[in-house]
Amino acid sequence: MSISNSTIAAGDAPAASRRPSKVLSRRRRKIQSALVAYSFLAPNFLGFAVFTLGPILFAFVLAFMHWDGSNAITFAGLDNFWRLFEDKVFIAAFWNTIIYTVVSVPATLACALGLAILLNQKIFGRDFFRTAMFFPYVASLVAVAVVWNMIFNPEMGPVNMILYTLGLDPKDMPGWAADRHWAMVTVILFGVWKSMGYYMVIYLAGLQGINSELYEAADLDGANSWQKFVYVTVPQLGPTTFFVTVMLTIQSFKVFDQIYMITQGGPGTSTLVLVYHIYNEAFISWDLGYSSMIALVLFFLVLAVTVVQFRRQRED
Amino acid sequence: MASISLKKLNKSYGALTVVHDIDLEIADKEFIILVGPSGCGKSTTLRMIAGLEEISGGELQIGGDLMNDVPSKDRDIAMVFQNYALYPHMTVYKNMAFGLQLRKVSRDFIDSQVQDAARILDITHLLNRKPKALSGGQRQRVALGRAMVRNPAVFLLDEPLSNLDAKLRGTMRAEITKLHKRLHATFIYVTHDQIEAMTMADRIVVMKDGHIQQVDTPQNLYDRPVNMFVAGFIGAPQMNMMPSVIERRGERYFALFDGRELPLPAHFDRSRIAPYEGRDLVIGIRPENFHELPPADIAPENLAPFSAVMELAEPMGSEIHLNIIAGGRSLIARVSPRFRGAIGDEVKLVVDTTNMQLFDRQTERSILY
Ligand SMILES: Nc1ncnc2c1ncn2[C@@H]1O[C@H](COP(=O)(O)OP(=O)(O)OP(=O)(O)O)[C@@H](O)[C@H]1O
Ligand SMILES: [Mg+2]
Repeated sequence: MSISNSTIAAGDAPAASRRPSKVLSRRRRKIQSALVAYSFLAPNFLGFAVFTLGPILFAFVLAFMHWDGSNAITFAGLDNFWRLFEDKVFIAAFWNTIIYTVVSVPATLACALGLAILLNQKIFGRDFFRTAMFFPYVASLVAVAVVWNMIFNPEMGPVNMILYTLGLDPKDMPGWAADRHWAMVTVILFGVWKSMGYYMVIYLAGLQGINSELYEAADLDGANSWQKFVYVTVPQLGPTTFFVTVMLTIQSFKVFDQIYMITQGGPGTSTLVLVYHIYNEAFISWDLGYSSMIALVLFFLVLAVTVVQFRRQRED
Repeated sequence: MASISLKKLNKSYGALTVVHDIDLEIADKEFIILVGPSGCGKSTTLRMIAGLEEISGGELQIGGDLMNDVPSKDRDIAMVFQNYALYPHMTVYKNMAFGLQLRKVSRDFIDSQVQDAARILDITHLLNRKPKALSGGQRQRVALGRAMVRNPAVFLLDEPLSNLDAKLRGTMRAEITKLHKRLHATFIYVTHDQIEAMTMADRIVVMKDGHIQQVDTPQNLYDRPVNMFVAGFIGAPQMNMMPSVIERRGERYFALFDGRELPLPAHFDRSRIAPYEGRDLVIGIRPENFHELPPADIAPENLAPFSAVMELAEPMGSEIHLNIIAGGRSLIARVSPRFRGAIGDEVKLVVDTTNMQLFDRQTERSILY
């Protein structure tokens, strides 16, 4: 604000000597319009400050404190930080989060892009399928998680029924959410299924923005469908893919609700992720200082990955 | 050999037919230009030849082979798009090499092709740039280069110059003509700019509403338009059209226009004119056939005085476009830059009827050809 005003005043210096009143009023008008803008922003910013920014800053401070939520806060120095390295549950949660992200981000991206390409075609019932694919994203998480648990029920679920009729030995049948080897797979499948519709819509918009002449030029150059996908579609969707990747990565790092609904982090710690651990430490153990330290780790993890992604995007 | 033949070629979208029974024979190495007003089906016709648009009816042959169902890439053609359609993420070099790379030819060959084309088009210094770092004219050259490297038998160009400014368009016109001579390929070129058509084409195809109006050399189209549409479309400023009646005086015919008597030249086919004696028709006179003084090289029996009221003078530098009013009609005469006159003055001109056109008022077809 002050910078822009001073540069304008400097630029107007010769005019100012001739018509000072005009410059003054122009300056006042600028200030006025800025005030109007801020006044519109204020209510939203106030909410953000009270409910988001404040707690975040408070959590930063808490990470270096001991606090159980009722007794006095005491200074802890780096105690909480050193504790991370001895906490087997934290280490498991850390790796689970990484695994969840590394698998679910590309899987969701691929499914969303594949669906978008299919449903960008002039096929019968296109609008119906678009809606059907988008539906899980808007449906109530609790409701779809219940249905999901039924479908993947190890004893009576239709998925295992189908596997059985396909000839799979009941001994080798995946136990899905109840099986420590399959629980992560189940949670990832659920996550992919739930959010792919949303990113499909974003990819559809991206696909429709591609100049169709590029495909025609590629046709004349002799490209087949796959080559057109590789040499035209993928590069043209670059900015969309970047956006989707960043959003998905952040979303995956903070995954919690669907795990809470399906496996509660179990069996054992097989699907326990960082946010789940934060929740347990904060609201089950009431160790708010330590849980804030875990949150801090998560914050820097997301920040680092996002910064790297932005860097790479800029290089292209 | 890349002669091209369109036989009763049709294109419909559902019930809407946008290209009607196009018959056209294009010779090997010919430079053919399709012209016509916006929406007349030029691009659609070109895109059917390219294989980008399905052919609804009729036959397309290239080099004697039926091409209706042959994919674009196997038609031995290359196309230059109006908006260039360069691959934005590839360098100029890759843009030009891409088609050859997909065809799995040796790297050395690709490189020599690209370098050759770049040298001819004078874009060697741009080979490592991306398209967005190029000007419109440079992009156009790259698009031409991309078409050239494959040595296609047929070049298809859809309004390649329409995004360039007037000056650049002029130079690129000449360059494309030179390129055509050099490449020994058949060129089919779409434009709605009749100057491009006149200056570049071996033959021009004039289209309107999905129908071919006339196919001929630029000079023939100019001198012998088959109907009022072609007469009005070719030539700028436009041919002047005037309602008239034909009368016979002794051995000669005259076209009457608002009290003026314009003698029909003796070389006109009398058997074609006779049926129109005493009937209404439309005469067409090009702006350059008006003169301030009787020109020495024109037979006096083909000249007639033509006075009119001056409405406006548009100086073009080398000449003046004089807007005049006669018989309630606004006409245009091209006169020398030395012409002096004021708006509202009566100007005394002479009209040369040697190249006058006569059209049937109902069918709008030429009576003469
Ligand atoms: N997909 C389509 N569905 C229906 N009509 C179409 C379609 N594509 C083109 N047309 C119609 O076909 C006609 C011819 O179009 P075309 O693009 O060939 O015109 P053009 O002569 O190239 O015009 P311009 O000079 O404006 O490029 C137009 O009337 C257009 O509206
Ligand atoms: Mg067109």
